[in-house]
Amino acid sequence: MRPDGRAPLEAADNAAALARDARAERWRLFGLSLPALLLIVLVMVVPVGWLFLLSFQDEDGALSLANYRRLIEQPSYGRILFASFEISLMVTAICAVLGYALAYLMSQLPPRRAGLLMLGVLMPFWTSILVRTYAWLVLLQRDGIVNNLGIGLGLWRAPLVLVYNMQGTIIGLVHIMLPFLVLPLYGAMRAIDRDYVRAAANLGASPVQVFWHVFLPLSRAGLFAGATITFILCLGSYVTPAVLGGGKVVMAANAVATDVEMYFSWGPASAFGVVLLAVTALLLLIASRFARLDRIFGGGA
Amino acid sequence: MTRPGSAAWSSGEALPIQVRQVTKTYGRVVALDHVDLDVRSGEFLTLLGPSGSGKTTLLMVLAGFVRPDRGSVRFGEQEVIRLAPHRRGVGMVFQSYALFPHLSVAENIAFPLKLRGVARSEAMRRAEEALALVQLPGLGGRSVAALSGGQRQRVALARAIVFEPRILLMDEPLSALDKQLREHMQIELRRLHDRLGITTVCVTHDQREALTMSDRIAVIDHGRIVQLDEPRRVYDHPATRFVAEFVGESAFLPVRRSGEAYYLGETPLRLDGQAVPEGADLLMVRPERLRLLAEGEAADGTVIAGAVREIVYQGDSVLVQVALAGGQAVAARIGSAHGAMRALPAVGDAVRLALAPQDACLLRDDAA
Repeated sequence: MRPDGRAPLEAADNAAALARDARAERWRLFGLSLPALLLIVLVMVVPVGWLFLLSFQDEDGALSLANYRRLIEQPSYGRILFASFEISLMVTAICAVLGYALAYLMSQLPPRRAGLLMLGVLMPFWTSILVRTYAWLVLLQRDGIVNNLGIGLGLWRAPLVLVYNMQGTIIGLVHIMLPFLVLPLYGAMRAIDRDYVRAAANLGASPVQVFWHVFLPLSRAGLFAGATITFILCLGSYVTPAVLGGGKVVMAANAVATDVEMYFSWGPASAFGVVLLAVTALLLLIASRFARLDRIFGGGA
Repeated sequence: MTRPGSAAWSSGEALPIQVRQVTKTYGRVVALDHVDLDVRSGEFLTLLGPSGSGKTTLLMVLAGFVRPDRGSVRFGEQEVIRLAPHRRGVGMVFQSYALFPHLSVAENIAFPLKLRGVARSEAMRRAEEALALVQLPGLGGRSVAALSGGQRQRVALARAIVFEPRILLMDEPLSALDKQLREHMQIELRRLHDRLGITTVCVTHDQREALTMSDRIAVIDHGRIVQLDEPRRVYDHPATRFVAEFVGESAFLPVRRSGEAYYLGETPLRLDGQAVPEGADLLMVRPERLRLLAEGEAADGTVIAGAVREIVYQGDSVLVQVALAGGQAVAARIGSAHGAMRALPAVGDAVRLALAPQDACLLRDDAA
C-alpha cells in the first residue's frame, strides 16, 4: 500500500527486457571495435604468425629446427645479438642522462617556453630517419663540420674517426631515440605536483635534497618507461647502423636484411627475427616486474 | 608553557610574527598592498577572504615560496624575508596535503626528522608519537594512498608539527573534507593548538571555520587587511559592509541621521550608546538576531514591520523572508522547535520583528 492508502501501482518486471538491452549494447560495442581488431589481425598477427611458421621450415618447406640449429652453431649470430644489446644499452644510458636533464629543464620552465623546447625535441620527428642519418654523415665525416670545428678550436689535432664505426652509430641512434625517452619522462615530471617540492622544502630539504628525496623518486617511473621504449626501439634499428656503421656495425635487423637480400634465405632470417621478438618480450616481462606496463605505454605519468 | 597530557611533547618557544609593508604585485595585479600584521606568539590567527584576495599569497610569503616586492617579515627577532623556505623552520599543512606518495605514512612524518639528522629509530618513535597526537596511532606502516581524506589531513598535520616548529602555517587545511568531518576537525585543530601553544596562521575562505578556530581573524580583501579582530567582534561589529557580507548573512537597510539620532524610515533606532562609525548610513541586520513578535507584544529595541513574503524550512531553523514598506527585504531566522513552528505566520501576514539595541550595528556603505 502506498502511504496515501491507494492500491500499489501495477509494476511490470522488466528484467528480461533490460538484460536483452544490455546484451544488444555489448554487441554494438563489439561491432564498433571490429574494424580495428581486423586491422590488427591483418597487419600484426598474420605477418608475425607467418614469420613464425617460416622459421620452422627448411629450404624445401618441411618442418624442421634447422634454422634454429644454425643460429646456435654459427657464432656470428650470437655476436650480433650481443652487439645489438650492447649498443641499445649504451644508447639508452646516454639518452637517459641527456634526456633526464632536458626533461627536467622543460618541466621547470613556464609552459610556454617549455613548449618551444618541446618543439625542438619533436622537430626531428618531422623529417625521415634516412635524412637525419645522412645529415649526421655530413656532420661527422673526416672533413665534416664537427671535425673542422674541433680542429679549428684546437680541441684535437688530427680528424677524429666519428663515422662508419660504433661511435657514429651511437651518436646517430642517441639523436633519433632521445624524443622517445624525453616524452614520457617529461609527462611524468609535469605531473609531479609542485606542492611536493614545496612541502619538502618547507620540511627542511635543500634544493639538492628535494631533488634526491622527492623529485627523482617521483620521476623514476617516467624514466623507466622512457628507457624501456628507447631500448626496445633501439634493438630493432636498421637504417642508422647501416649508414653510420659503414658495414662494421651489424645489429640484428641488419643481419636479417643481409640474409634475405643476399642469400634469399627466409628461414634463418625468420628464426633470428623470432629470437629477437622472444628476447624483447622476455625483457618486457622482466621490466613489468619493476613497473606497470600500461604505464610505460600509457604515457608514463 | 605547560600543556596537559603532552609531557613528551615539547616544542620550542612559540614565536610572534611581524609583517611590515609587504607588497607583492603580479604584473598589474596587486596581490598584497603594503600589508602590516602582527601575530602574537602562541596565537591562532586566521586569514579570511574570498579567492583572489591575497590571503594565500601572504601565507606563501610567510612560508618563503613567494618573494614579495618589498617589506619585512620577522619571526621573533629574526628577519626572514630573504631566507630560503628550507631554512625557515616553519611547519606547513598544504591544501593538497602534499603527502609524498612514494613514502609510507611513518616515513612521511619522519621526513623532516631525517633531514635534521635524527637517527632512524628515534625518528620512527617520534613519528609514531605524532600519529598518536593526531588520533591515528598505529597507522605508520600504511601507504598514503590507503588513507581516507580525513586521515591524510591528520598525517599532513602530524608531519608539519613533528619537528617542533615554532610557527605553523595552514593553507585551507580542511577544504577537501566533507562538511561533517570539517566541522569536527575545526574543533580538533583548535584543541591541538591549545595543547601545543604553537603560533598558527591559517588561511581559509570559510567564515565558519575562521570563527570556530581563531583567536583573531584578519579579513583580507584586494590585498589589504580590512579588519583584524576577535571572531565575535568581526561577526558582531564588522568594520565594513564587505566584512559584514563575507562573514555571515545579513541584510542592509539604509538609515538616516537627524541630529544625534538615526532613523530607519520614520522609526528611530535604539542603539543604547553603541559606538557608531563616522558617516554610518546602513543598518546591518543578521537574520538570527531578529525576533518575531507576537501580536501586541512589546519589544525592547527597534521594531521593523513588514509582510511575510516567503517561508523556507531548513531543518534546524526556518528562514522567514519579510518585505518592508520601503521596498527592502530582511530575513529572520527562527528556531524550528515545535512551539516556534506553531506560532509561525503564513505568507502574506503582517509581522513585526524586533532587533535588540546590542544587536543593532551601523556601518558605512563602502560598496562601490
